[in-house]
Amino acid sequence: MAIALVLVLVVAGSILFHLLSPWWWTPIASNWAYIDHTIIITFWITGAVFAAVVLFMAYCVFRFRHRDGQRADYDPENRRLETWLTVVTGIGVAAMLVPGLFVWSQFVNVPDDATEVEVIGQQWQWSYRLPGADGKLGLSDTRNVSAENPLGVDANDPNGQDDVVVEAADLHLPVGKPVKMLLRSIDVLHDFYVPEFRAKMDMIPGSVTYFWFTPTRTGTFQVLCAELCGQGHAYMRGGVTVDTEEDYVAWLGEQQTFAQLTTPEQTSSAD
Amino acid sequence: MVDVTHGAIGSVPPAEVPEMDLYHPHSWWTKYVFSQDAKVIAIQYSGTAIAIGMVALVLSWLMRLQLGFPGTFDFITPEAYYQFITMHGMIMVVYLLTALFLGGFGNYLIPLMVGARDMVFPYANMLSYWIYLLAVLVLVASFFAPGGPTGAGWTLYPPQAIMTGTPGGQQSGIILMLVSLILFVIGFTMGGLNYVVTVLQARTRGMTLMRLPLTVWGIFTATVMALLAFPALLVACVMMLFDRLLGTSFFMPAVVEMGEQLRTNGGSPILFQHLFWFFGHPEVYIVALPAFGIVSDLIATHARKNIFGYRMMVWAIVGIGALSFIVWAHHMYVSGMDPYFGFFFATTTLIIAVPTAIKVYNWILTLWRGDIHLTIPMLFALAFIVTFVNGGLTGLFLGNVVVDVPLSDTMFVVAHFHMVMGVAPITVIFGAIYHWYPKITGRMLNEALGQFHFWVTFLGAYLIFFPMHYVGLMGVPRRYSELGDMALMTDSAHDLNAFISIMAFIVGFAQLVFLFNLVWSIRHGKEAGPNPWRATTLEWQTEHTPPRHGNFGKELPIVYRWAYDYSVPGAKEDYIAQNDPGEYGAPGAHA
Repeated sequence: MAIALVLVLVVAGSILFHLLSPWWWTPIASNWAYIDHTIIITFWITGAVFAAVVLFMAYCVFRFRHRDGQRADYDPENRRLETWLTVVTGIGVAAMLVPGLFVWSQFVNVPDDATEVEVIGQQWQWSYRLPGADGKLGLSDTRNVSAENPLGVDANDPNGQDDVVVEAADLHLPVGKPVKMLLRSIDVLHDFYVPEFRAKMDMIPGSVTYFWFTPTRTGTFQVLCAELCGQGHAYMRGGVTVDTEEDYVAWLGEQQTFAQLTTPEQTSSAD
Repeated sequence: MVDVTHGAIGSVPPAEVPEMDLYHPHSWWTKYVFSQDAKVIAIQYSGTAIAIGMVALVLSWLMRLQLGFPGTFDFITPEAYYQFITMHGMIMVVYLLTALFLGGFGNYLIPLMVGARDMVFPYANMLSYWIYLLAVLVLVASFFAPGGPTGAGWTLYPPQAIMTGTPGGQQSGIILMLVSLILFVIGFTMGGLNYVVTVLQARTRGMTLMRLPLTVWGIFTATVMALLAFPALLVACVMMLFDRLLGTSFFMPAVVEMGEQLRTNGGSPILFQHLFWFFGHPEVYIVALPAFGIVSDLIATHARKNIFGYRMMVWAIVGIGALSFIVWAHHMYVSGMDPYFGFFFATTTLIIAVPTAIKVYNWILTLWRGDIHLTIPMLFALAFIVTFVNGGLTGLFLGNVVVDVPLSDTMFVVAHFHMVMGVAPITVIFGAIYHWYPKITGRMLNEALGQFHFWVTFLGAYLIFFPMHYVGLMGVPRRYSELGDMALMTDSAHDLNAFISIMAFIVGFAQLVFLFNLVWSIRHGKEAGPNPWRATTLEWQTEHTPPRHGNFGKELPIVYRWAYDYSVPGAKEDYIAQNDPGEYGAPGAHA
């Protein structure tokens, strides 16, 4: 008997926990509010199913518990009921899947006006590269990585000379402009993850992966690594600052290009 | 009325093949150690699985110490933490759950339930266990190897699994892990072929496929899946072993290791992920399907009612088994694979929800108008439905590709898979042990200890994993050895983590009580008699309890009806055994 009561309490407790607990997602800072909405839809549908199933069980356990002289019914099948339940389940599943796929198609199709920003992961820090005045990122390859060229930029590619290199420091992005994050790693898998942006994607050595988003509010957000990358995984932190346009331009002006970072060394060795 | 119970007495076919000769043991060693009796092998498998499972339990305590009380325990370094999570995950999924459901329950129940004297290849069956034991010993050896076990996460993703930044990557940890898995697959294949051939070829007269108890259907389908899925793991392990030992580049692109260019080139880390999950997703159902089958029988027996929609249940098991081979990449939505795969895999994944939901409906409809005996097995079956429905529904979040993007790699995933393939199948294992222990030992498990075990396990596990979803919803990543200075971790979230850890210790303690009960009741449990639950299936109709080598007496039983003739109208008792011809062909066996 206790079990019937406990089953009701499990449902009630779960719903109350959901509604009252202080643990909820971080305030969103990107255009992916659609994802949040899809999660809300999914919470409603799955919550209703959970409550219905467990409360039905609680009722059965209470109503049909064993008492002397009781005998169970003998009804092996009921095709109409089974068909009906299958159809309703199918509709419920479709109600979650369709909006999900709709948002996914937005997620994978990058708008044409998105600017490219490259993120490079390595054990256990983040670096970034922005296209310079030419708007193009130069070629890069893990094989080019050395102490002087930690991102592996191709020194022979003219497009790469004016690329802005941000090594082991915060990335800045202008608010309201779509960005395509090009993701590279030079050692193991990493995953560029800013909870407030809702988006994330693994970075694979030897490949370039991507996701896109539009920052919607200014502020500084913590970057976490979301793919196990060795013993320093939990300490692989960084920061992204979303700036107003003026602040962004000012920040960009202070950064060094690939050419500037590689040439001073030659001059200093000439001294 | 009931077309599933087709086949009256007259339809029992004559025996087509003579009985097999069993190898009868001549000494203590061949009877209890190198035994070819599936029941002894089952107990060996179960004992080994539970023993290594205790290691996994202790490892989970150690990680919860670190997560609940960060920085308090100096010996839990990041290296140690990653070793704990890796070994915990691998032990639970492969060496405990797979081994216990298939090697343990499969060996004990298949021959008895289908009416066979033993598995069809008893010698290979014996080898299966000994190779499994060797695999476990190799795994345990890695704890004592220089550098300790691998800390690559149970998914063993390259390149990090074989590089220096990961514990055991450039020492022997990862090598021992891969060798152990290879041995496991070899050993499992020997057992798995046995289970499949036994179900197909060694059923007794009258035991048609559609009269099999769902337990056998679940284990049978899971075994077929395992035979198809494990080879993918095997090749992945062999290739990674080559990468690690011979310097090949199956999974290794050009990489820089701590500032040094490695000589590797051209390999694909993501290829490993496809191979791993081609095994790994069916693996979820390799654990779940036996649980589905067993829980169906527990519910029917203890609610004294036929399982609702038997044929639909069989097709759902087979359908889920087949579909589970085309959903693997839902573990890889944010892996960097071609994002257009997401459309396909999200669709197949959500389609699987339909046959799964049908199973849930049929379980609860079996309770409807039943005669529900709230025995310990029944309580665990109810706990299974609650936790399985909860964990299954959160699967709809993670399977729906775009919803997975913010939630993947967070504690939400950890909560989801623990609920659905940890807590849920384990409640079935407990229910099944309370249910079949009387047949295995001849004695009942202690009821009071069982009640304590049930309540603490069910409520405790729910209190561990339900709130954990919300930690993940906040954005807290999984596999973090240190949550200390994370911007999004509020004080209250730290408190919640401490609460979860304390619950984990309590639930773990309850398992020690269970183990005590298992041992204590062998001698001190109440005498059970041959069929304490008044169940219909053949294992309860044996001449001896526990059944002896050869399972049945001189004659094999003949089956006249399906496994669910409970509360048949007009019948004297509220159950009719499968081998009961009935008077005048009782109602359940109507022509």
